[in-house]
Amino acid sequence: MKKLLLAAPLLWALQGVALANDELRPAFKAMLDASFKTTGIAAKYRIYQLDFQAACSQPKPPPASVQKAIEAAQMQTIRYPADGHYFGDWREGEKIAISGRGLTWTDKTPTDNGGGCYNCHQMSHHEIAYGTIGPSLLNYGNVRGRSEDIIKYTWGKIWNAKAFNACSNMPRNGDAEILTEEQIRHLMAYLFDPASPVNKP
Amino acid sequence: MKHSVLAGLLAWAVCSGVQADSATDEIARYREMIADGNPSELFALQGEALWKQKRGPKNASLEQCDLGLGPGVVKGASARLPRYFKDTGKVEDLETRLMTCMQTLQGIDPKLVIDAPWGKGEKETMQALVAYIVTESNGEKIAIDMRPPQMKKMYELGKMAFYYRGGPMDFSCATCHGDKDKRIRLQDLPDLRTQAGAAAGWGTWPAYRVSNGQFWTMQHRLSDCFRQQRFPEPIYGSDVTIALSVYMAATGNGGTVLTPGIKR
Ligand code: HEC
Ligand code: HEC
Repeated sequence: MKKLLLAAPLLWALQGVALANDELRPAFKAMLDASFKTTGIAAKYRIYQLDFQAACSQPKPPPASVQKAIEAAQMQTIRYPADGHYFGDWREGEKIAISGRGLTWTDKTPTDNGGGCYNCHQMSHHEIAYGTIGPSLLNYGNVRGRSEDIIKYTWGKIWNAKAFNACSNMPRNGDAEILTEEQIRHLMAYLFDPASPVNKP
Repeated sequence: MKHSVLAGLLAWAVCSGVQADSATDEIARYREMIADGNPSELFALQGEALWKQKRGPKNASLEQCDLGLGPGVVKGASARLPRYFKDTGKVEDLETRLMTCMQTLQGIDPKLVIDAPWGKGEKETMQALVAYIVTESNGEKIAIDMRPPQMKKMYELGKMAFYYRGGPMDFSCATCHGDKDKRIRLQDLPDLRTQAGAAAGWGTWPAYRVSNGQFWTMQHRLSDCFRQQRFPEPIYGSDVTIALSVYMAATGNGGTVLTPGIKR
């Protein structure tokens, strides 16, 4: 539950945001409470929001000051690999990027999830079934380079996309425990390895 | 005979769809091929028979059911749903309204519908009834009556639900349906914030799904989107599903109803 306790500046900032439909809030909450049930691993408490989720639940993103506060708090959650090893096997990474399984009420276990990256991103030169909610990551390593800064940024982005864009559509793969450190290493290899189909036509 | 041809076409549509550049083109071609026969017709025929059949503890038919245009009027009714019903004091969509009629006219406990798995028991009955009723609104305009204050409130609650982020992936409906011209893998996502997107997304459901040969009601569609959203399961006919339906239908007001739809 550590994630419920965000940095104090964020809480102050949030109090300044006039949420739309304030008077409907109680009715809305009662509606959600009465409308959902736990099925399998998809427990009912998932309808209760973290602070930043609430701040990002309007048609427009919150004011810049609130976004900054969210990003600063989310930045604190990023865990870089303790042994300094950022890269695994790109072949494993590809499987994780393609698989969109995991965490629904029809999934049996909370582990061994996919990253679902292809739901939103173009990645390799060969896979044409890609979504467009996120930007194309084709040639990622070649285009972005392989400096330490870029490697650390990319790890952080995969770990917690909200640290860089408060209301990003991209999940917090590491922070929300969707993927393991090992899986993120494989994805890093998929993005950066010169032999990966992301970088090699 | 008709069946095996159909099965062949479905298999063709599914297999060739995998290599296609655009899922939309494929569906358009598929639509052409079955221009004079929608697979939902079979469900609709069953539904019409069920509408007229005496069933339940009260051994009555649904022919006196008021879907909003008066007892027994089916033509055009689903193009005007969800709507506020004075007799129940609730906003109801087609499926919850049918549950009300099944209960009051036939004495069938709504729980039998709510608790049945998709496509089984009273949910199977519901699917067939829905297929029949929405066929009778095919080609009509979406015409949601937004004057009652209860509808305005449901719309606002639906809009809040549409943007409500949560769960382990922080998704809301807007994550997938809140921008124009997006897709997930090869599936086009309607932008449900806009009139055109909502009309296309709302107005073509319920639908026959080519990929699994099933007829899905709107409640089923919404439930599966919540599943992909990694939310807990919405209870069948619960207010969050009605509120979202009002939000989508009202946003799509004026668009054309093409039901039952045919989907990937
Ligand atoms: C639901 C959509 C979605 C999913 C799933 C998703 N992303 Fe993203 N991703 C985005 C969006 C949108 C951006 C653009 C920046 C932003 O808004 O955060 C982005 C940005 C990125 C970036 C930064 C690109 C740059 O040039 O700076 C990387 C790297 C990335 N994603 C990798 C991944 C990987 C790896 C996965 C799978 C584990 C993944 N994404 C899953 C939506 C998604
Ligand atoms: C993680 C992604 C995702 C989320 C979140 C999501 N949907 Fe969907 N939705 C889809 C996909 C993918 C399709 C197309 C499915 C198909 O063709 O099988 C779809 C289809 C639909 C359709 C039918 C559109 C058409 O043109 O056929 C409607 C309506 C819809 N969604 C509403 C919603 C609502 C309301 C919510 C929130 C409760 C929601 N969706 C959340 C991915 C999502």
